[in-house]
Amino acid sequence: MITTDILIIGAGPTGLFTVFEAGLLKLRCHLIDALPQPGGQCSEIYPKKPIYDIPAYPEILAGDLTGKLLEQIKQFEPGFTLGERAETINKQEDGSFIVTTNKGTKHQAPIIAIAGGLGSFEPRKPPIPNIANFEDKGVEYMIREPELYRDKNVVIAGGGDSALDWSIYLSDIAKSVTLVHRRNEFRGALDSVDKVQELKDAKKINLITPAEIKEITGKDNITGVVISKKGEEDYILETDHFIPLFGLAPKLGPIANWGLEIEKNAIKVNNALDYQTNIPGIYAIGDVNTYPGKLKLILCGFHEATLMCQSAFQRIFPDKKYVMKYTTVGGVDGFDGTRKEAPKAVVKKIE
Amino acid sequence: MNPDVKIKITDRNGVLHEIEAPTDMAMNLMEVVRSYELAPEGTIGICGGMAMCASCQCYVNSDHALPEMGIDEDMMLAEAFHVEDNSRLGCQIQITPEMDGLEVELAPES
Repeated sequence: MITTDILIIGAGPTGLFTVFEAGLLKLRCHLIDALPQPGGQCSEIYPKKPIYDIPAYPEILAGDLTGKLLEQIKQFEPGFTLGERAETINKQEDGSFIVTTNKGTKHQAPIIAIAGGLGSFEPRKPPIPNIANFEDKGVEYMIREPELYRDKNVVIAGGGDSALDWSIYLSDIAKSVTLVHRRNEFRGALDSVDKVQELKDAKKINLITPAEIKEITGKDNITGVVISKKGEEDYILETDHFIPLFGLAPKLGPIANWGLEIEKNAIKVNNALDYQTNIPGIYAIGDVNTYPGKLKLILCGFHEATLMCQSAFQRIFPDKKYVMKYTTVGGVDGFDGTRKEAPKAVVKKIE
Repeated sequence: MNPDVKIKITDRNGVLHEIEAPTDMAMNLMEVVRSYELAPEGTIGICGGMAMCASCQCYVNSDHALPEMGIDEDMMLAEAFHVEDNSRLGCQIQITPEMDGLEVELAPES
């Protein structure tokens, strides 16, 4: 069981900055995110794109913003459960909550801060009519264990980096690798495109373009896919595995079943006070929440995180006297023993 | 002069909406759909309008001269689902006076 003061669901910019504001109040944080890396949309969707409305940054790349936030919160030693999706929540007798992920990891905290953005990123599933029947029976939407494909026939579909990179990687492991894409052009990094070209010429990757997979064949397990190529008749290609790699899309997911008030695919919060949801002790901050006048901006998420932490502190320590301190005055004391503070004034006499 | 144009949008439930869209607010078609709430928040414009998701895909059913497809839009549509020959990303279609009478249909959510 992982225990902490504030359990943050979502490691995007809002979730990361929460660690800083909580740390100033000597509260520890742990973050859960379905993606394998922190940063949320900033690292998954647009890491190389500039943002122009982060105060004091005339321009910053989304990926760099994530890097800066991680640097800013480092001394507060946040814990991370990455690549796992928060699945269930259970309230305990002492008022705390236990959140369990899809992989069974349990986390306990008196305060939950949902900073889940548009939801957890899930693989986009192609609209092939019978695909659901073959999930985990030869159809996998992401590659967890490459060894699964050793000496097997594998068909990969998609035209982005992950389709190219996995085709390259599996060409050494699998019996055969077929890459199917709707276009002749690929969107991936140039290196990967060149490498696939090389492997195609060496007959180590079977490239079928422009083509689409229309159907899956097999009884219990997959035995083949129906390939529809422009100007040709549809045909069946025998395979042991079909891996559609069409990127990820965010879905609100299991959080929608936590008994929280939902409106417009977002969680309703009390914006007059502290961004708490209808369940005391559970807050929602950043893009995942909604209230009159809500704007889904990173800078609004930062503000919401700050107010939320003050309220969380009062919930945890109802009797403690406290006033907000400026970091310039109080400095920043990390849990790792480091201290940042304003330099002392220098006094020198003039003779 | 009225800076608005009339646009016909068929939503994902097949309901036709005849709406007025401003040409002087630097809006694109995806934003117009959101401003009229013709698709639930969180199901359209997920990437914010960077042509990096395909949640604003629509089918253009009138023969308006639309802005040429950029490489980002083209490659995104190459990976999107339910793509037809008349598919475009709404976020890449700016509302200009030339768009008057445009008829589009929102592609299914995926």
